[in-house]
Amino acid sequence: MTAWDALRAALDSLRANPLRSALTMLGIVIGVAAVIAMVAVGAGARDQVLRQIASLGTNLIMVGQGSIARGGVKLGAGTASSLTEDDALAVLAEIPGVVVTAPSVRWGLQIVAGNQNWGTVLFGITPDYMEARDWDVAMGRGLSDEDVAQANKVVVLGQTVVRNLFGGGDPIGEPVRVFSTPLTIVGVLAEKGQNTQGQDQDDVIFVPLSTAKRNIPGMAKSNPRFIHTMVVKMRDGSDMAEAQAQIRDLLRQRHRLIPGQDDDFWMRDLSEVSATRDASSRALSFLLAAVAAVSLLVGGIGIMNIMLVSVTERTREIGLRLAIGARRRDILVQFLIESTTLSLIGAAVGVALGIGTAMGVAALAGWPTLIRIDSVVLAVAVSGLVGVFFGLYPARRAAQLNPIEALRHE
Amino acid sequence: MASDPAPPAPLIAVRNLTRHYRMGPQTVHALDDVTVTIRRGEFVAVMGPSGSGKSTFMNLLGCLDLPDAGRYRLDGTEVAGLSSDALAAVRNRSIGFVFQSFNLLPRQSAIDNVMLPMVYAGVGHALRLEKALAALESVGLGARAGHRPTQLSGGQQQRVAIARALVNDPLLLLADEPTGALDTATSLEIIGLFQRLNRRGITVVLVTHEPEVARFASRVLQFRDGRLIDDQSRDPEIAA
Repeated sequence: MTAWDALRAALDSLRANPLRSALTMLGIVIGVAAVIAMVAVGAGARDQVLRQIASLGTNLIMVGQGSIARGGVKLGAGTASSLTEDDALAVLAEIPGVVVTAPSVRWGLQIVAGNQNWGTVLFGITPDYMEARDWDVAMGRGLSDEDVAQANKVVVLGQTVVRNLFGGGDPIGEPVRVFSTPLTIVGVLAEKGQNTQGQDQDDVIFVPLSTAKRNIPGMAKSNPRFIHTMVVKMRDGSDMAEAQAQIRDLLRQRHRLIPGQDDDFWMRDLSEVSATRDASSRALSFLLAAVAAVSLLVGGIGIMNIMLVSVTERTREIGLRLAIGARRRDILVQFLIESTTLSLIGAAVGVALGIGTAMGVAALAGWPTLIRIDSVVLAVAVSGLVGVFFGLYPARRAAQLNPIEALRHE
Repeated sequence: MASDPAPPAPLIAVRNLTRHYRMGPQTVHALDDVTVTIRRGEFVAVMGPSGSGKSTFMNLLGCLDLPDAGRYRLDGTEVAGLSSDALAAVRNRSIGFVFQSFNLLPRQSAIDNVMLPMVYAGVGHALRLEKALAALESVGLGARAGHRPTQLSGGQQQRVAIARALVNDPLLLLADEPTGALDTATSLEIIGLFQRLNRRGITVVLVTHEPEVARFASRVLQFRDGRLIDDQSRDPEIAA
């Protein structure tokens, strides 16, 4: 018996009970469709996050003031005040491949405009910061080198702050008070939306670094050159790990840390953020695999059940086939091909349904989806294996029938 | 008639064939020490009441079952020692089965049913069609090749089954009560068909409990209680 003969016999027998065959396939159909649709949604979301991260720039390294230990007790991030504007200048001057370094300080505070007030985060920055973080200005102007040099009392507001202080009105030229210092609004930032952690990036105000240090009480009392963080922007294609190592060496040397002593600063690049995302999407994939395994198992049991019924119903046919010269192996193969055909047709329908669902979700809910070819291949392959595995027992039973008794079966 | 050539070698040579089943504490001797020889071209009717061992005898002749003792040579080959696959090949190429209830696959056309033994013989598709059509024509059903069993009368269904039994050119046609489900007129037609096939040279062994069927055979074997009790050759009546 050739494979073609067996396939014809299988299709014939599936056509004999179309409703039963369709219901049997349902488990596989749902399992495969669920896997493909959910992988498509997951992959689409992940793809979107990766693109967000890439838009932030994967060639950025953040360096922040670290903790200091006093008597073995770590006092927490930001308690050291060793990071300075001179460190930023040194990194720019001495590390190959650095495009800009943008020092900044940050401070949470209350900002007042007329009778409105709003709690937000102030960044004291230089124009390089806007470049390094790809901030654009929607209205007015950004901060200039002159603003920094002269400690001008100017401020640029994020969209969220504008909305809360001025509603829809034009804020350019309006005064605001920050720590009882009046500042003039010169610009409004372009909207950036949420970052990968879901924080509102537009709830910020930018003032010149020098202005921040001069006017925020206590900000620069111990060291007028100190900063909280700096953003280091590397040339595209730089080796980020190598750059981090060089920056670490430079800063340790500048801070006079002896070997074995902890860093008094922290450092990370955005590829670490994407690694965290990868880990959470691996967890999601594992969950998906579990869902798929359960539904394929249920589908497989359904197939086994129906194949056992089919073997019983067709006992005389099996007896006849044995009598006219079928070997036991021929019977085994015939029923295995039948169960595998059942599961593969189910898988094909499931692939179509899964892709349709993914496209429907994309169209109706507006979620990004991405059909992963590997998920399709894997789902179909696993369905085929399910067909073989759960078809094996019924097929063996068919092949082991005694032809004389089978022919007498009613 | 000393001038005759040597008699043809026996097609079936059965010696001390024994088959018993254990049913609870007692042993049933379904077939007990049967010795018989059947030559090529014979038309043998196997008769006996139910439980006489005639079905067991047929199952052993058809290589569907193996004896507990004794020997069975089919066309010079000892069957008892063959593997399951080798027995399947013997059934496929050397034996054609005809059953009381036809045993056609209901969803397949007549010609598909007739082609079924060739599926297991590894015959190519074009040759299958050609041989199946020839077999259907030889039983007078060439025009019904595309009909399903449900669209055929009982006699026609049995003809399709006979065509299926003939299609691999077997040495031996084994028929188990082939007229048991048919009316008298149709039975006569089917027996006539067996006689014509037999005159063309094929050996026929036919199980029946009807003396009206047995009188068309050239030899009658009588079984009782698992033993062969009578073996008579005679001139058969000619049906149709």
